Amino acid sequence: MNAIIISALWGIIMMFSGIVTSKGSALRNAAVLGLLLLLTGNYLDLIGYHFFPVDVHKMLFFDSFGLLANTIIFGATLIYVLLSGREIENIAARMPVAECFALIFFVLCGVSLVTTFNTLLMLFIGIEIISIPLYILTGSDKRNLKSNEAALKYFLMGSFSTGLMLLGIALLYGASATGTFSIDDLGVGKANLSALYISGLLLLLVAMGFKVSAAPFHFWTPDVYDGAPTVFTSFMATIVKAGIFIGFIRLFDETFSDSQARWQLFVAIITAVTLFIGNITAVFQQSVKRMLAYSSIAQAGFMLLALLSINGLAKEGILLYAAAYSLATIGIFAVLIKMKDYTFEGFNGLAKHHPVLAATCTIFLLSLAGIPLTAGFFAKYYMLAAVIETGHFLWLVIFAVLCAAVSVYYYFRVIQAMYFKDGDAQALELRPGFKGLLVVVAALILLLGVFPQVVLDRLHGLVYTW
Amino acid sequence: MIPVLLIAIPLAGGLAGFFFKNSQSARGWSLFVSLLALVVSLWGLSVGAKSPLLNADVEWLPGLGSRFAVGLDGMGQILCLLTAVSFPVIFIATWRNEYRKGWNFYALMLLSQAGLMGVFLAMDALLFYFFWELALIPVYFLCSQWGGEKRIQATFKFFIYTFVGSLLMLIAIIWLYSHTPDHSFSIKSFYELRNHIGGGEQLWLFWLFFIAFAIKMPIWPLHTWQPDAYEQSPTATTMVLSGIMVKMGLFGVIRWLAPVLPVGTWAWGDTASALCIIGMIYASLVAIQQDDLKRLVAYSSIAHIGLMCLAIFATTASGMQGVMIQMFNHGINIIGLWIVIDLIERQMGTRKMSELGGLAQKAPALAILLVIVALANVALPLTNAFVGEFLLFSGVFSSKATQYNVVFTVVAGISIILSAVYTLNMIQRVFFGNTNALTEKAKDIKLNEKVVLAAIVVLIVVIGVYPKPMLSLTKDTVDMIITKMNYKL
Repeated sequence: MNAIIISALWGIIMMFSGIVTSKGSALRNAAVLGLLLLLTGNYLDLIGYHFFPVDVHKMLFFDSFGLLANTIIFGATLIYVLLSGREIENIAARMPVAECFALIFFVLCGVSLVTTFNTLLMLFIGIEIISIPLYILTGSDKRNLKSNEAALKYFLMGSFSTGLMLLGIALLYGASATGTFSIDDLGVGKANLSALYISGLLLLLVAMGFKVSAAPFHFWTPDVYDGAPTVFTSFMATIVKAGIFIGFIRLFDETFSDSQARWQLFVAIITAVTLFIGNITAVFQQSVKRMLAYSSIAQAGFMLLALLSINGLAKEGILLYAAAYSLATIGIFAVLIKMKDYTFEGFNGLAKHHPVLAATCTIFLLSLAGIPLTAGFFAKYYMLAAVIETGHFLWLVIFAVLCAAVSVYYYFRVIQAMYFKDGDAQALELRPGFKGLLVVVAALILLLGVFPQVVLDRLHGLVYTW
Repeated sequence: MIPVLLIAIPLAGGLAGFFFKNSQSARGWSLFVSLLALVVSLWGLSVGAKSPLLNADVEWLPGLGSRFAVGLDGMGQILCLLTAVSFPVIFIATWRNEYRKGWNFYALMLLSQAGLMGVFLAMDALLFYFFWELALIPVYFLCSQWGGEKRIQATFKFFIYTFVGSLLMLIAIIWLYSHTPDHSFSIKSFYELRNHIGGGEQLWLFWLFFIAFAIKMPIWPLHTWQPDAYEQSPTATTMVLSGIMVKMGLFGVIRWLAPVLPVGTWAWGDTASALCIIGMIYASLVAIQQDDLKRLVAYSSIAHIGLMCLAIFATTASGMQGVMIQMFNHGINIIGLWIVIDLIERQMGTRKMSELGGLAQKAPALAILLVIVALANVALPLTNAFVGEFLLFSGVFSSKATQYNVVFTVVAGISIILSAVYTLNMIQRVFFGNTNALTEKAKDIKLNEKVVLAAIVVLIVVIGVYPKPMLSLTKDTVDMIITKMNYKL
């Protein structure tokens, strides 16, 4: 509860702080302060101090899985703001910085609803609170046609999927014996599942699949990610996606775990298609930004493996995956924003001019590819192990690793460009603080990759006691 | 204690190496570090097989059931010794090579040594996988940065090949792990597994492992990365690749495949053996056609490794002994060959046999040393490879695991004859005959090269004449593996 209220309040504060000051650095510091507050508030929630004793009538349920997910999301946002917050000022001359930050906080509010929802209505509201600020942020580069197009496309497609979601929820409501939205009661006693129930479930699957850009509902992703200002692409592709994924897992784990046998095949097919399309299309991209958009689809495919298996390992794993993926992708985007040229050629010879940038970027890319010693390895390990533990879908596991091998191709193209090709990659001016933070993020990834136990121990205890 | 040092010394040395800003001092440093590792490895040999110093086991990922467990058994001793001997030899032999930003080169070399040591020492499947990949990453950077013209593509092909293989292996490891009763990655639990999983599962699990190992060795038809990678890599890295890294595949089969999945190994033994001998004949025939020295040695290596792999599937004690000793022998022999090729290339600026000739008149010392190494390559008596290949052949011939043992032996024998053809042909064309304008200016080898080549020749002869200490070192491992492989459902 702490997180939801603090993020909403701080969003409003940020919005009005624009009246007091329009100085970027002050606003940025305010945002950082807000995020620290959020992290603390969330942590206190986790250990049992609740600032706001509101009776939520079981609409929300604050378990450690959701709260832990919040911690990861807020932590990633903090790193994101510290690394790329400065870029928000550079988007467009007339875009008020304060409002951008306010919108980010509203998104976080939505995410914390999605990670802790207990009825489908709350899920719906959470998803909407996430989506609407994102439409604005996507179009925030007002004079740029690509940005406008992206925002419109995102809005239309997003509204459509929201409609599907509502329909699904309505059907589920109708199918339930007692007329309830609560995910505790929906799935219970459904030995003979009605067609109503199954169609509702599938509609929800499609709607959520759209939000996490699972194929074949991914068509908006490359255009929106490419068109949106890079700094917000970074936010959407990591924090938002991870947050929605947590909700996705929560929904299927709590509500539909009894009927797993009926939807598993659908999820398996969606996963396979997502992995295939994401990875294969990423190979053909010429722009690193677009490649990252497709890579985010591919990574979503891997995260869908957790949805497929829905067990202890999967829940632990999705948290680790969210952390590993967000950290690495935020890092790469932070570097990408500093580049003058977003194509692969633009990275040629970066290692010569900016060794720190190139070295940290390499670690991020290795992590995304899932090479041992990095956090990405254990993230992928968990996903694979979760599916193997179910004892089925071995073909999918093999398919997934073949796709992971394909992903090496496009991630390593950036490494090759940076290290082995000659050229003079142009980067904008870099502050020492920025480089230092990049090194910290890289170190964090390596730490998670060598001693994931530091995090896992906590996860293990928390997820299993839940 | 000793295994931890074997990994930690090159690892720390390598990480420190990045901070040198001077190639000369980095070179000295890396030689020092690699000699230190050699000393530790010799210490490991001297403490005796029962010493508690040879094992280490610390908590690593308790939640996952994985421990940082490392240990030196007979096979580990031999391979660690090979790794520890090879690196100083490589550093001395390529002492005069200049590398752009050399400190990074030497640091990465040491890191790859750490990875290799880890592979040979790991007694925990997840740890093994970790090091398996770690050995690869530095080599990727080494080859892509300092290699020949087509280095980026060649290295990338190599990387993708091995990465696919290792991911398949990861699936198998996770699958096996999830079937261990105590949820553990330790080698003991894996060796117990054969009581818990049926023959049907072993049949497909076998391939998940074997593809990974076969790519690394490489076994036909998964070998296509190898000649390109060897040709394009800087020579020092080629030595690592061919001398030590290919042993990872053989080692993997012996430690992690055959004893863990005895039924699968037995069932697919003939298929795998057939691939081995096809590869041997094919590689030998291709080697005969080669004009480029590096490619010739690359293909000859495929043939030799094929024979060793064949002997593993024969499931006989003598064959397995042969593999153990031959892994070491092949390592030092091929490094010897690469040193010679590197010398020729640096002096003459070409590796094409057709452009060389008559070098023996100009460089007699080099010629003598090369002839001995080359004769070891064709396994002449009194050389180390003779001992190894004799054991390999007797192992394959006396195999009870296959009914085609005679066929395998005969075909493998033909490939040895072919190997004599191309090796002697190479000596003839490069060292004898008339000198031409290019080789007219050739000079004899310098002191450092003389020292390492002489050291290799001494090793070749000593092991060839008195192989007993080596054989007794690995006897326990061999017996253990063979017992486990003979398990029947």
